[in-house]
Amino acid sequence: MIWLSFLAQIQFSPEQASRTASQVDLLFLCLVGITGSVTLVVAAVALFFLIKYRRTASADRTPAKNSSLTVEVTWSVIPLAIFIILFGWGARLYLHESEIPANATEIHVIGKQWMWKLEHLQGKREINELHVPVGRTIKLLMTSQDVIHSFFIPGFRIKEDVLPGRYTTQWFTPTRIGTYELFCAQYCGTNHALMIGRVIVLDPTAFAEWLRRGEETVSVAQTGERLFRSFGCSGCHSPGASVRAPLLQSIFNSPVPLQDGRIVRADERYIRDSILLPNTEIVAGYDPVMPSFQGRLSEEELFALITYIKSLGSSQQSSTNAIH
Amino acid sequence: MSVLLYSSDTDEPRERDSYLTPHTLRSWLLTTDHKRVGLLYLFTIIVFFVIAAVAAGIMRLNLLTPRGDLVQAETYNRLFTLHGVLMVWFFLIPSIPSVLGNFLLPLMIGARDLAFPKLNLLSWYIFILGGAFAFYALLIGGVDTGWTFYTPYSSTYSNSNVVLMAAGIFIAGFSSILTGLNFIVSIHQMRAPGLTWFRLRLFVWSMYATSLILVLATPVLAITLCLMALERIWRVGIFDPSLGGDPLLFQHLFWFYSHPAVYIMILPGMGVVSELIAAFARKRVFGYTFVAFSSLAIALIGFLVWGHHMFVSSQSVFAGMIFSFLSFLVAVPSAIKVFNWTATLYKGSISLDTPMLYALGFIGLFTVGGMTGLILAALAVDVHVHDTYFVIAHFHYIMVGGMVTAFMGGLHFWWPKITGRMYPELLGKLAAIIIFIGFNLTFFPQFVLGYLGMPRRYHAYPEQFQVYNVLSTAGASILGIGYLLPLLYLLWSCFYGRRVAENPWNALGFEWETASPPPVHNFEKAPIQRDEAYNYAEVASTPGAGLS
Repeated sequence: MIWLSFLAQIQFSPEQASRTASQVDLLFLCLVGITGSVTLVVAAVALFFLIKYRRTASADRTPAKNSSLTVEVTWSVIPLAIFIILFGWGARLYLHESEIPANATEIHVIGKQWMWKLEHLQGKREINELHVPVGRTIKLLMTSQDVIHSFFIPGFRIKEDVLPGRYTTQWFTPTRIGTYELFCAQYCGTNHALMIGRVIVLDPTAFAEWLRRGEETVSVAQTGERLFRSFGCSGCHSPGASVRAPLLQSIFNSPVPLQDGRIVRADERYIRDSILLPNTEIVAGYDPVMPSFQGRLSEEELFALITYIKSLGSSQQSSTNAIH
Repeated sequence: MSVLLYSSDTDEPRERDSYLTPHTLRSWLLTTDHKRVGLLYLFTIIVFFVIAAVAAGIMRLNLLTPRGDLVQAETYNRLFTLHGVLMVWFFLIPSIPSVLGNFLLPLMIGARDLAFPKLNLLSWYIFILGGAFAFYALLIGGVDTGWTFYTPYSSTYSNSNVVLMAAGIFIAGFSSILTGLNFIVSIHQMRAPGLTWFRLRLFVWSMYATSLILVLATPVLAITLCLMALERIWRVGIFDPSLGGDPLLFQHLFWFYSHPAVYIMILPGMGVVSELIAAFARKRVFGYTFVAFSSLAIALIGFLVWGHHMFVSSQSVFAGMIFSFLSFLVAVPSAIKVFNWTATLYKGSISLDTPMLYALGFIGLFTVGGMTGLILAALAVDVHVHDTYFVIAHFHYIMVGGMVTAFMGGLHFWWPKITGRMYPELLGKLAAIIIFIGFNLTFFPQFVLGYLGMPRRYHAYPEQFQVYNVLSTAGASILGIGYLLPLLYLLWSCFYGRRVAENPWNALGFEWETASPPPVHNFEKAPIQRDEAYNYAEVASTPGAGLS
């Protein structure tokens, strides 16, 4: 009976709870199948030789060739060909994982020793728990307050490091309602093993209800707008301001020409760096007069400001406008 | 080199000429004899191995229960750091090169000693100094960064003796560099007459490739650790973003050394296995040139795959693809070796003595390690299993299943040469089998654990992972017994083992043509290489030879 309950516990892969999961599992199974069968064949051949040519056995030992170019080339090229196919498959899926679908819902992740802080754009915040609606594609915009962490959800087969001082992203589309584990995968200090949480996938109506529950929240963009004023950003970055500074309407995702001749895309990283290190990437035609806000804004406040600037429109429709 | 190196007309008994006399401590500490230096390394690394293995044992016991009841998180973190640092830098990297390499390389190329005997002794003292730093860092509380020292945790956040430990590794690195340099010069300059490059033993080839990596990669580690210490002590912003640094830069620099270092930890094992297979199949290794050049290919391509440790680190997707492709590519020369070893068995005259059992164990375990390396090289799969127990299992299959198994095989094979006495064969076989079983039981379940999603460096874990952790701990106990046995019977055999003549295995090679243990200057007559290496076919056709 003990053995039965023991056997019942045995599992070989986590639940497949996202679209990516089944694709990764298929590739994994193929890899295990191919490498496993090659290993078994080599073992079988070696065993056969060991028995047939054991010293005490009389076998045909007429000297054989010690080297053969044909043989060497054969067992080099065939594995290489298989490797190239496997590489291509893995790379294609990786590329797919790195391209964030345009319709994804954004959620902010902040890692710190030793907890995960999560924030929905509606303003709802969670710690070590993430509620998401099933079937909706979620984009995680992540950063760390201290050391490197890694946001890992085995059930979705996704993982990406969470770094201080920069944003990293990953996305998933949960396909199954349920609760899934969330781990920190990058060693981050004493309580690394306690930096775990849960992802709770709800059906859309339950999710909407969950969002409404609890105290009234202010959306992240609104918080950003408030900060934009209270930190004095609007004093320069608004029409009719006395100081000449770039206007931020529709700036998000638009190409920005810099003083040094480069053109960069105004993504989250660019906006973040422009707030914290304003003198590194000066927009062409402007003076480096902006003060640095390094040390004055928390990661949450930075997210709020960026979200507010994003809410001013992204310039996919008119990228030329943003330049002039 | 055709002069007589040792007067052969002395009638004194062998014992007197042996490199093992005199027995004084002073004669050992001031020796410049490569054989003695090799043994000095052996004693030293065994001490480090035992400490690091005990740390692993405590960790495995702790992981018996999901809550990790045995030690606290902080202790656990210090244990795995200790285990990693000591095993990598103070056991594996010096294991085969500094012990067997030091002892055998001059013998195999027919030289009296290495090119720079005093430098060789110096490198042992430097190693001891580095070891002393590391040991001191452990005594006063240890380090909790993991052996990888990732920034900014190591440079800013960790409250442990990071700088002291880094200093130990920094210092020990110079020992590696000097040993590598010594080997390269010796192989170029000290070969016996007739010993052309393509008559060299494959062990010598693998030592050559290893030495290239030691000399070229170790300085990068030294630089990286220095930069980390600079930031930690003087707050120079290099890696910590809050000081204006880039945390990923550390990983690039660290793995630029540490990935080639992985090959430092396997190439020498491959060299040993080539020797063992040839000696116990009584055949020339199939595809000699391919096996030799595959070592160099591994050493070369090994420098270009470091980014596969960083697929989820936010390095660019394009970089990820290049590194993934090169990682698949570096598997080809390893595959070539495995196929050639297997082909060598064909039409051989195979005996399964203890060293051969280890060699066969190596091929099996290394193949599993290599194959799972391919799985890790596949980008999308790595995203899931990166930093999980899958990776732990993979690299233990390479480093323990591969390198330690080869080291054990080599130690048994050359033990009669080193000590002049034979180890007990039955116990030897028993230990080899126990190690093989214990190893697989320890690490195979970790592949499953990893795919299930259990992250590495967790001192406590969710309950569903317990089954596999219990299996793994059970395996570790068996493995522990397996490693304890040789420690005891090899020591026993030093005093009570059966005495052996020059060539107990009836194997080919210069080292088997001189006394066991060899005289101080290795050869009574300068050896000359008259034909290719491993010419067992020739020996077999000579009457009276080929018996064991």
